Amino acid sequence: MKHIISVLVENKPGVLARIAGLFSARGYNITSLAVSETLDSETSYMTMVVEAEDERVLEQIKKQLNKLIDVITVTDFTKREHVERELILVKVNCSTKDKEKLETVLRKFLGKLIQHKENIAIIEAVGEQEQIKNLLESLKPFGIRELVRTGRLAIAST
Amino acid sequence: MTGAEILIECLRREGVKVMFGYPGGAVLPIFDKLYDADIKFILTRHEQAAAHAADGYARATGKVGVCIATSGPGATNLTTGIATAYMDSIPLVAITGQVKTFLIGNDAFQEADVTGVTRPITKHNYLVKKTEDLARIIREAFYIASTGRPGPVLIDIPVDVQQKDVEFIWPKEINIRGYKPTLFGHPGQIKKAAKLIAQAKRPIIYAGGGVISAGAHQELKALAEKIRAPVTMTLMGLGGFPGEHELSLGMLGMHGTAYANHAIMEADLIIACGARFDDRVTGRLDAFAPHAKIIHIDIDPASISKNVKVDVPIVGDAKNILGQLIEEIKKLPDTRDWLKTIEQWKRRHPLTYKDKDDGKIKPQYVIEQLYYLTKGEAIIATEVGQNQMWAAQWYRYEYPRTFISSGGLGTMGFGFPASIGAKVGNPDRQVFDIAGDGSIQMNIQELATCVCNKINVKVIILNNGYLGMVRQWQELFYKKRYSHTCLYNPDFVKLAESYGAVGIRVVKKEEVCSALEKALSIDNTVFIDIHIDPEENVFPMVPAGEAINRMIGGMA
Repeated sequence: MKHIISVLVENKPGVLARIAGLFSARGYNITSLAVSETLDSETSYMTMVVEAEDERVLEQIKKQLNKLIDVITVTDFTKREHVERELILVKVNCSTKDKEKLETVLRKFLGKLIQHKENIAIIEAVGEQEQIKNLLESLKPFGIRELVRTGRLAIAST
Repeated sequence: MTGAEILIECLRREGVKVMFGYPGGAVLPIFDKLYDADIKFILTRHEQAAAHAADGYARATGKVGVCIATSGPGATNLTTGIATAYMDSIPLVAITGQVKTFLIGNDAFQEADVTGVTRPITKHNYLVKKTEDLARIIREAFYIASTGRPGPVLIDIPVDVQQKDVEFIWPKEINIRGYKPTLFGHPGQIKKAAKLIAQAKRPIIYAGGGVISAGAHQELKALAEKIRAPVTMTLMGLGGFPGEHELSLGMLGMHGTAYANHAIMEADLIIACGARFDDRVTGRLDAFAPHAKIIHIDIDPASISKNVKVDVPIVGDAKNILGQLIEEIKKLPDTRDWLKTIEQWKRRHPLTYKDKDDGKIKPQYVIEQLYYLTKGEAIIATEVGQNQMWAAQWYRYEYPRTFISSGGLGTMGFGFPASIGAKVGNPDRQVFDIAGDGSIQMNIQELATCVCNKINVKVIILNNGYLGMVRQWQELFYKKRYSHTCLYNPDFVKLAESYGAVGIRVVKKEEVCSALEKALSIDNTVFIDIHIDPEENVFPMVPAGEAINRMIGGMA
């Protein structure tokens, strides 16, 4: 099962390596990772999606993260009300005559056309996993050339 | 003050009296200041030994051990010692030199990414980029190494950081927002534990190294005596409870006593204290202690429910929690029948070995004689393998910090330098290293360190001409195909003599006691090369992956 964990860390060199090292050394799987400074430039949030086969592994991941000296807090969103989003950029084939069709799809699935030239369209979308999945599904017929995604971000509701 | 002067001043303020290490290009500014510093410096003959000696010093005294090495190979040579300390939660501060800051990342001479290399084997590490940060980092390093679940901390200091002159400011307080160890147990959990204890019919205390690092041995004894529960110890826990106590079951696990293993399997309550349910202790996990509820006391939340599911976890310092628990327990369990059962196991399956009259020297006999001769008062360091297990089984450890052994990492070559550290920390105690002929050769160069510094440790080489434990596994599980386990050895007596130490060879059983006595009377480092029965095995033994009560061998 996948879980979103948000880790508040000291914004220091080597911290990402510590976290990455912990995951590889203990055989945990990380699906996505987004890192950036918080309002306080001395700390960063690392929002990660981890895969844990059971509760025990998830608990271990959280405890081991907490053990790192540079980790300040660990928030598990599994059982916490939260809002989550992911940003994607997609490059699809799109001739001028298909543009109308593409725009219809984007309106329906909340995508945004941000560039269109030389028969290539670049689309941006922000949404929950289901929305993004649906958008990608409907873009398939155009021919997806490239996809980049931030991984999921989450913030607690209260 | 220069960075090097700040380092020395900080070490002084941290109460460091002894350092172990080896100089080199990238630590020259520090060594220049060490030249007239009020710190005893022990020059080892290999950086690995410096780390082990600092570790042995820490284990034997409870203080933070300090070692130092130069950049690159000096630092990488420390890593085995650092990993050893990490696995056994030993407080260590390792200081390494680093190439100048502007050269870092340039593949400079003797450059290695030491914070990168040691990241997974340290509790924390630092690369000091500014001399202004040095004092704070040293304070934090000692604090982190010695508190919570102790462990090694490495400080990597570039040459120019050692040289730069800045104002010295000793930080008044330490504030690390991501590091706040829990000290006391949660009162609700203590209540739950007390309730489980009151209801138990077959309780057992399973004590590990955490009892020793927390200094909780008196509380442990008080708890065991109050609730009349037997106590078994892990390898790391030996000495945490008196070995001769009527409630002691000795060590459990792969080479534990049969009665300890039976008792933990039949128990209805396990009170685990400062132990981590390592695979060498639990054997086959799904068959481990099927009837038992488990209370787990540990400073490290990540140790709890890692391998075995726990009913009542209590996070905190073992000394505090055992104290809280003793106070909380009002109703006592009735363990009389349980203790009778255990007494029967003890009588039926004692720890034993077959001592035939064939003139061969049994290693177990040697350790027993050493125990009698030293009245259990010596500090015993060990190497790793059969020597280690015999030393664990046949010497009775009455006090904490008297058994010094690489438990988690299982580092051959640990014992001799660790015994040096233990002796430096306890100059008035008898200190032995119980070695094998394989292990001793992994750090044998430290004979020079001993002789130069008059560190009179006694090394008992249980010489069987084999890498004995590996040979034992080959005998039992690999059809006696002794692949590369038979050793060609030097003449250990002459070798000791060439360093200016004393060598004694023992080939007859009747010479064992007199040789040990003689060694004790000599005011020098002594190698006692005892030629033991070459194919003697360590029993009982639980084959890897078997349930812990499925033991083979060694039972009368």
